[in-house]
Amino acid sequence: MLRGRAWKFGDNVDTDIIIPARYLTSTDPAELGAYCMTPADPEFPHRVRKGDFVVAGQNFGCGSSREHAPLALRGAGVAAVIAVSFARIFFRNAINIGLPIMECPQADAIRTGDELEVDPAAGLIRNLTRGEEYRATPLPPFLREIIEAGGLVPYVRREVRR
Amino acid sequence: MSMTAAEKILSSHAGEEVRAGSFVEASVDLVLANDITGPLAIEIFREMGAERVFDPDKVVLVPDHFVPNKDVRAAEQAKLLRQFAREQAITHYFEVGEMGIEHVLLPERGLVMPGQVIVGADSHTCTYGALGAFATGVGSTDVAAAMALGRLWFRVPETLRLEFRGTPSPAAGAKDLILHAIGEIGVEGARYMALEFCGPAVEKLSVEGRLTMANMAVEAGAKVGLFAVDAKTREYLGKDVRGVETDPDASFTTKVLDVAGLPPLVAAPHLPSNVRPAEELRHVRVDQVYIGSCTNGRLEDLEAAASILKGHRVAPGVRVLVVPGSQAVYLAALRRGIIEVFLEAGAAVSTPTCGACLGGHMGVLAGGERCLATTNRNFVGRMGHESSEVYLAGPAVAAATALTGYITDPREVVSYAAG
Ligand code: SF4
Repeated sequence: MLRGRAWKFGDNVDTDIIIPARYLTSTDPAELGAYCMTPADPEFPHRVRKGDFVVAGQNFGCGSSREHAPLALRGAGVAAVIAVSFARIFFRNAINIGLPIMECPQADAIRTGDELEVDPAAGLIRNLTRGEEYRATPLPPFLREIIEAGGLVPYVRREVRR
Repeated sequence: MSMTAAEKILSSHAGEEVRAGSFVEASVDLVLANDITGPLAIEIFREMGAERVFDPDKVVLVPDHFVPNKDVRAAEQAKLLRQFAREQAITHYFEVGEMGIEHVLLPERGLVMPGQVIVGADSHTCTYGALGAFATGVGSTDVAAAMALGRLWFRVPETLRLEFRGTPSPAAGAKDLILHAIGEIGVEGARYMALEFCGPAVEKLSVEGRLTMANMAVEAGAKVGLFAVDAKTREYLGKDVRGVETDPDASFTTKVLDVAGLPPLVAAPHLPSNVRPAEELRHVRVDQVYIGSCTNGRLEDLEAAASILKGHRVAPGVRVLVVPGSQAVYLAALRRGIIEVFLEAGAAVSTPTCGACLGGHMGVLAGGERCLATTNRNFVGRMGHESSEVYLAGPAVAAATALTGYITDPREVVSYAAG
């Protein structure tokens, strides 16, 4: 069970917002995290606390294939991303690096500052501030397996040894 | 049983019959990475315990984003890619001097064939759908896995077929068709889907024009953007190949787009779906015009721009940058006198690079500046400062805008024979 505050963004948050291209000369999550979401909110990296959640509308993570985007979010301390829907490459990347993501039609009800209790495995989001509970769309078993293995890296490591 | 092209291609690579919605592991025919996504993929490849790539002929590494190196850190990234290419004896590594923007380069080099499964750690890998390949953008971890194993997981996409009907204005080209489509279906209108482009208006397009359209499939959220293989494809590839086609009674959705009389279009900030006729944006003055990128950096694009600029000077106060998409495009343009046209018009021409397209180098925008670009994304800060703006259009609108200094429908500066 994860617990933290929500940081709310709108629809179509693109990868140039999550991490602008000029910072892509690094692959270090901590360094990337220092610039995470700054085009939308310059203060975000300073104010976000470890374990907080990014919450957004439709098509979160659209744009480039840069895996630096989910890495930057993780580097900034974000525990999970909750959105109405995700762009497909971001979705893959998050699964592959083991950043929990939850597709939730009611994500729009969440506001910045709300205290959330989140169980990614069960697909449950509790909004403590508003006394509400939301359900995320369950992940298909195939993807749950990858996440449970700890992402794609351990999965491939096993295959490489074979 | 009837199947879509996407289902057929993935089935043949998974070794079992698969349908939209299912998850499969499929073999890949080509794996691509660049100087931004490659270094991360290499790091992860090692972390996975892999020692050799699955096939050194099927991994393509292209340093194109921040290359020629924009700074020391970019140089280090490019060096990492180069060293890995040497260590693994990668056949298709393209050094500065023969390099091009990856999605211009790969089709040109004959690396893309119909029916292939191609993954690239770059979202515009979907460009190769113009040649009938199931080609899709993935992340660096995906590419690391694909380099190690020669296979990867996929969700088989549903298919949305876009049928273009009617004859567009002769001033409108492939870019206008795809901008129109994205404007109609929206930036997530094809999320997770295989797009198919068909109808008389796209059949008439050259392969270069189809590459422009497939390139922006991802801007509608699509996984792939497929074209049927025809005589033009075969001529382009110089091979007698056949495509994989959707059965007429397979399960897919069709959307008809009426493009009769379609005028030249522009996508205004900050979404590629924010599409308007160019002539409605005459009040918008620009500081820079950018002609290039994997969307419109091919010979046909440069020709279209040059035919408008020929014998004229760019408007005072406008910086016009022309970036041929590959070394071969550059050379061909030079031989045809096109480069001379640009230089005489007062445009700057550079060696191939992604550069300014992603706000990297060679044309980054200052605060409040506006650029009309033939690229594919106009997100906040895409080409530089967060308060700068990018307007997307085809090469004809770009050239016309270069001449006037404000967004211009090319019909305002040249006359087109009725098409
Ligand atoms: S030209 Fe632009 S869109 Fe194309 S690969 Fe390069 S950075 Fe990406």
